[in-house]
Amino acid sequence: MIKREWIHAWLLLLPALVFLFGFTHLPAVQTFIDSFWSTPRGRRPSTFAGWDNYARMMADPIFMRVMVNNLIYAAITIPASIAISLWMALFVHRKIAGLGFLRMAYFTPTVLPLIAVANIWLFFYLPGFGLFDQIRGLFGLRPVNWIGQPSTALYSITAVTVWNQAGFFMIFFLAALQTIPESLREAAALEGTSRWTFFWRVTWPLIMPTTLFVSVNATINAFRMVDHVFVMTQGGPNNASSLLLYYIYDQGFRFWDTAYAATLTVVMVVILAVIGIGQFFLLDRRVHYR
Amino acid sequence: MTTVAIDRESPSILAAAREIRLDRVLFVTGAWALALIWLLPLAYAIWTAFHPSAYETRFELLAPLTLENFVRAWNAAPFARYFLNTIVLVTMILTAQLVLCTLAAFAFARLEFPGKNVLFALVLVQLMVMPDILLVRNYATMSALGLVDTILAIGLPYFASGFAIFLLRQTFKTVPKELDEAARVEGCSLLGLLWRVYVPLAKPTMLAFGLVSVSNHWNNFLWPLIITSSVETRPLTVGLSIFATTDSGIEWSIINAATLITSGPLLIGFLLFQRQFVQSFMRAGIK
Repeated sequence: MIKREWIHAWLLLLPALVFLFGFTHLPAVQTFIDSFWSTPRGRRPSTFAGWDNYARMMADPIFMRVMVNNLIYAAITIPASIAISLWMALFVHRKIAGLGFLRMAYFTPTVLPLIAVANIWLFFYLPGFGLFDQIRGLFGLRPVNWIGQPSTALYSITAVTVWNQAGFFMIFFLAALQTIPESLREAAALEGTSRWTFFWRVTWPLIMPTTLFVSVNATINAFRMVDHVFVMTQGGPNNASSLLLYYIYDQGFRFWDTAYAATLTVVMVVILAVIGIGQFFLLDRRVHYR
Repeated sequence: MTTVAIDRESPSILAAAREIRLDRVLFVTGAWALALIWLLPLAYAIWTAFHPSAYETRFELLAPLTLENFVRAWNAAPFARYFLNTIVLVTMILTAQLVLCTLAAFAFARLEFPGKNVLFALVLVQLMVMPDILLVRNYATMSALGLVDTILAIGLPYFASGFAIFLLRQTFKTVPKELDEAARVEGCSLLGLLWRVYVPLAKPTMLAFGLVSVSNHWNNFLWPLIITSSVETRPLTVGLSIFATTDSGIEWSIINAATLITSGPLLIGFLLFQRQFVQSFMRAGIK
């Protein structure tokens, strides 16, 4: 028997679920199906391709390059963002000279569009004239083409990402630090515990759930934040700074190779799903101290 | 006896105090150094935007101030139209999100029905696999609907936000059951109950989510870049990227002025309501 409450609930859910399924779940499934078909070209319709797209992907040196780039990008942005944002939070969670200004300074980059700040950073990186080269010039070092040479392009992009997101993560650490009881700090002070010991013995274990939460978000961002690549390097030189999502855009909307873009998207979805499942199990192991 | 003990210990106490003071100085210096580094790009953009281009790399205290870069940037691209598009876009998305997600969150928080857990799990999937990465398929959907190059098409994929549903559900669950039952006894309908009891209590959460949503969609770039192709639909971010890349001959001071124009409203809004902003983000993140 269908109860009235059930019908009410389904009616309330219906509008949201239509959009949710229409633009998230169905496209994800369809992308998976598309990856087994060829790209329709002109009069040639799409044909079943089996594993062809995947075979092509595994043999694609640019794909390999992009994956390695993205792993380096993740391996730097995740720990760097966590460390810096935690420092920021430690700096401003208690009384300090200029508290309001410091919080504002740390957080401001977060509200600026990544695509807009990329323009500013572009100037910082200019060979010869840019800020970094002017500083190097003071020490008599030769100018470097930061975003124009393969060995530094990716790292230049990475720095912008860390700068942009650290202030955002600071907020979560700030919230976590506020929950640490003042009595613990007083007790530690009486015992003569050093700041360093207090941090590693008390603070760090207590903020573990937040650190995990921030790590997951930083990991997702490592695969999603590519806006500045469009302005700064367009993935170049020679794909040295191309990231997975940028490569998907490149294949899907510059070469209109939709089947291959779908195949690359499947890789992306799998990566994000693994992160999601990993988070679920980690959280399940009760990292919570509450 | 006690005086002797203190006398013996006092040098070490002084040393400890000195150490603490040094520690403190390093701490404060570190905090300020990081803050200045973090503000540097913005400070630099403001410097170049308000000075003639001759002072792009010359930092003289008495350099003449000018608004000409803003005037030239404003006239070089249809920024007024881009502004309108962005404002329409973020308003549309936020309105749709609040309505759709409030209804859904209420069902998840207070009603019992078959499929509840499965559906909620599917909602949470969107926190990981967001529409931003399903570009090719969503583009195909939009062209099937005949919506390519419309502002509606930029917003549609974000109307149902898994994050908003999750956040509001958590808030609704904290509403005391007694309040709920009292309203039902008074003969309040389900929607009346939602509107009169739940929505007023969830206002802080909605404000928090609203700020997050507006700043996210004001800054969003990739999907709008793909789905729009004309001045009438482009939001600011896409407009700025085209402005900054097509004419390579544009001076930096003008590009930086345009950059400030693009992020200005959000930046000013943030500086004015800093406390609410930070608290809102905190609230939105913890739950």
